[in-house]
Amino acid sequence: MAYIKVEEGIPGIRSLFKFSPETGKPLCDLAEVLLRGPSPLSSSERELIAAFVSNRNNCMFCMNSHAAAARFLFDEDKQVVDDLLKNQTADSLSPKMKALLWIAGKVQSNGKSVTPEDIENARKEGANDTDIHDTVLIAASFSMFNRYVDGLDSYTPANEEDYLEMGKRMGQKGYHI
Amino acid sequence: MAFIDLQNDLPGIRGPMIYRPETGTILNELAEILLHDEDNTLSRGDREMIGAYTSYLNDCFFCQNVHGAMAQHYYECDTQFIDSIKKNFLSADISDKLKSLLTIAGSVQKGGRYVTSEQIEKAKSLGATDREIHDTVLIAAAFCMFNRYVDGLNTWAPKDMQVYIDRAPMRAKEGYSQLGLTK
Repeated sequence: MAYIKVEEGIPGIRSLFKFSPETGKPLCDLAEVLLRGPSPLSSSERELIAAFVSNRNNCMFCMNSHAAAARFLFDEDKQVVDDLLKNQTADSLSPKMKALLWIAGKVQSNGKSVTPEDIENARKEGANDTDIHDTVLIAASFSMFNRYVDGLDSYTPANEEDYLEMGKRMGQKGYHI
Repeated sequence: MAFIDLQNDLPGIRGPMIYRPETGTILNELAEILLHDEDNTLSRGDREMIGAYTSYLNDCFFCQNVHGAMAQHYYECDTQFIDSIKKNFLSADISDKLKSLLTIAGSVQKGGRYVTSEQIEKAKSLGATDREIHDTVLIAAAFCMFNRYVDGLNTWAPKDMQVYIDRAPMRAKEGYSQLGLTK
């Protein structure tokens, strides 16, 4: 049971949005812009960064839901999601995505651990300023979302199947409340 | 120098906020509600202190000094007092309730799962409401984002502490919603 009185049965961050709609609005807006708004990175790539960071933060709700959204968006190429979450990398990833995920992993531990070499390497593989900016902010924002969800011990459905519908809805409709 | 060309020379988080106003506007909106909104039973000083303490734990120079100076402004204290809270809040001259909330913020900074039911019970027994616990966790979580955004892009920060102290009264008056939208 969550640490604060939220409505029973609503999973994860959605129970917190319901508890606090004032903060829920900018948080949803942020997820929408970061994961669905204009960006040189595709929505599937951005969901992949979100799932990867949430996995590193051991946030089961965010990891499962964003992995499900990424699988939905990658469609027939969805194996990459499971490969990445299992092995921390995946052969089918482009060198550019590998370099960006490396930066996301650094941001997850602490912003200061990103080095000029990490950035140079991403540029060498074709990343531009906006790719790098969006990667850093997605990784940073999931360092928030994950802590928000787990810090209040919000309800986390246990079965992967529970996230299938959620992932589909996130893939199709995004994050507008 | 920042890792990417931000096309402006503003310090800290303001650089990337202007560079990418689509997200910058929303981040300001979040900061405004969490830290400056009047409709909150936690004082502005306490909320800024939670942000400053989390930023201190994340070793984010820009954020801990901006928000430390904001807390100092609201508390009407000196920098030494803020530093004493950052370094060892348990022995600082603050309420037991705030100590229990800073304990929760410290756990959130490590990771959401580090918050224990004992820490929550302690805060509740000292008078913290669900809303206050919610806001404490979200402020600490949000600073784990802001800090990573600022440092992950290697933005620059003024070294002169007086700069942060001098800017605090204006920021307290104007709040965060317009910050970063104009150069």
